Amino acid sequence: MQTLRRTPLYERHRALNARMVPFAGWEMPVQYEGVIAEHRAVRADTGVFDVSHMGELEVEGPRAHELLQGLLANDLDKIEPGRAQYTLLTNEQGGIIDDLIAYRLEAGHYLLIVNAANREAAFRWLKDHELPGSDVRDVSDAFALLAVQGPQSIERLGLDDAPAFTFAEQMLDGIEVMVNRTGYTGERGVELLVPSEEAEELWDRVLERGAVPCGLGARDTLRLEVCYPLHGNDIGPDTDAISAGLGWACALDKDFTGVEELRRVKAAGPERKLVPFVMEDSGIPRQGMAIAGGGEVTSGSHSPMLDRGIGMGYVEAEQAAADTELTIDVRGRDRRARVVTKPIYKRQED
Amino acid sequence: MAAEESYPDELRYHREHDWARIEDGEAVLGITWYAQDALGELVHYEPPEEGATVTKDSAYGEVESVKAVSDVISPLSGEVIEVNQAVVDAPEKVNEDPYGDGWLVRIRLTDPSETDQLLTVEAYQELLSNQ
Repeated sequence: MQTLRRTPLYERHRALNARMVPFAGWEMPVQYEGVIAEHRAVRADTGVFDVSHMGELEVEGPRAHELLQGLLANDLDKIEPGRAQYTLLTNEQGGIIDDLIAYRLEAGHYLLIVNAANREAAFRWLKDHELPGSDVRDVSDAFALLAVQGPQSIERLGLDDAPAFTFAEQMLDGIEVMVNRTGYTGERGVELLVPSEEAEELWDRVLERGAVPCGLGARDTLRLEVCYPLHGNDIGPDTDAISAGLGWACALDKDFTGVEELRRVKAAGPERKLVPFVMEDSGIPRQGMAIAGGGEVTSGSHSPMLDRGIGMGYVEAEQAAADTELTIDVRGRDRRARVVTKPIYKRQED
Repeated sequence: MAAEESYPDELRYHREHDWARIEDGEAVLGITWYAQDALGELVHYEPPEEGATVTKDSAYGEVESVKAVSDVISPLSGEVIEVNQAVVDAPEKVNEDPYGDGWLVRIRLTDPSETDQLLTVEAYQELLSNQ
């Protein structure tokens, strides 16, 4: 049996009486006070998540850009230093090894923040394809990552507004932090990268500024309400970006691994599509439940904002249009759901 | 607000963390404080139909939190004569008051002698201390 890894904030979570669970090889807080209260704190004000389990890979050198342009689906020529981009690491079949955010630190120097469960796979893939003049390093253990999210998060942290997918080195309560204008909740917010040894200090300062500690339970319901895919549930090495609705993150006019297959799916039209849905009947959809007509639920939960079951799943293309009624097998009971447009939860001010 | 941990003396318990309040050939059933705490805030209760038969040690319904679903095990055999519709409408009542407003079903007992096999509060707390 493998020992679970702990983030630099493990003792802080214990002190807050968090419920700890195994996740992707890590012992992580799933909730503190309760998933629903934490979820609402992020929608109404500010929450903070320890996401230090995520991986950080650096790619540096005169050919770093060339290497990543050939391996990542999105077009890095669209971002200059100081900008970040959501992108996909794809395999030869056009499947998704990982979804990640690439931060362009300098022209030839990138930071990739990858999913915890895919840290090894992503690192190995990049290392195996390394070019002379491109150095790939796994620097995950040196860093902690805090996501501070919610409509009041920027004010609470004393930061200025900045466009999404930008970043800067800044001082925050005397701590030097990489402030990334990114997140996984659909709210305003930042992700703060700091050296591991500064993590507890930063966590304490962020709590003092009024952020509510939030666990992975709320992180999952928040991302599902805004239809952000979760690798391992909604996307993976056997699913392609076009069927998953991630064509916008694929620059099909450039060459990268698996692009031919993705062009073919795009031209022919996907046979199955990933769609968001809301339950019309009672019951909560869960990953793996069958959708009548050959589909399958890939993520499902209770939506705290809608107060009903919501989910995402793959359905046949003809069932993918908004308003299509679906029938989901909820442990032997047929329950009705309806395909909706993204996001499932729309912010009040939108 | 979640309830404080408690296990009332007058109830009988089942090792799957269910309780029964037995009176005049009927029983009101629910889940214990320990069970609701382990699940977290409940967001769905899938009840049996009124008139359905429930069997001791078998599932008669489901309760779900945001993260997990759990079968509810009947501590006794009987026929469902009432479902707590208030919990269907607001499952969090189970967290707020697991032995009061958060009851799940009322049954008419078909084999009252089964009561003897249930745990007393002392025996149930002993079981919890070994979890």
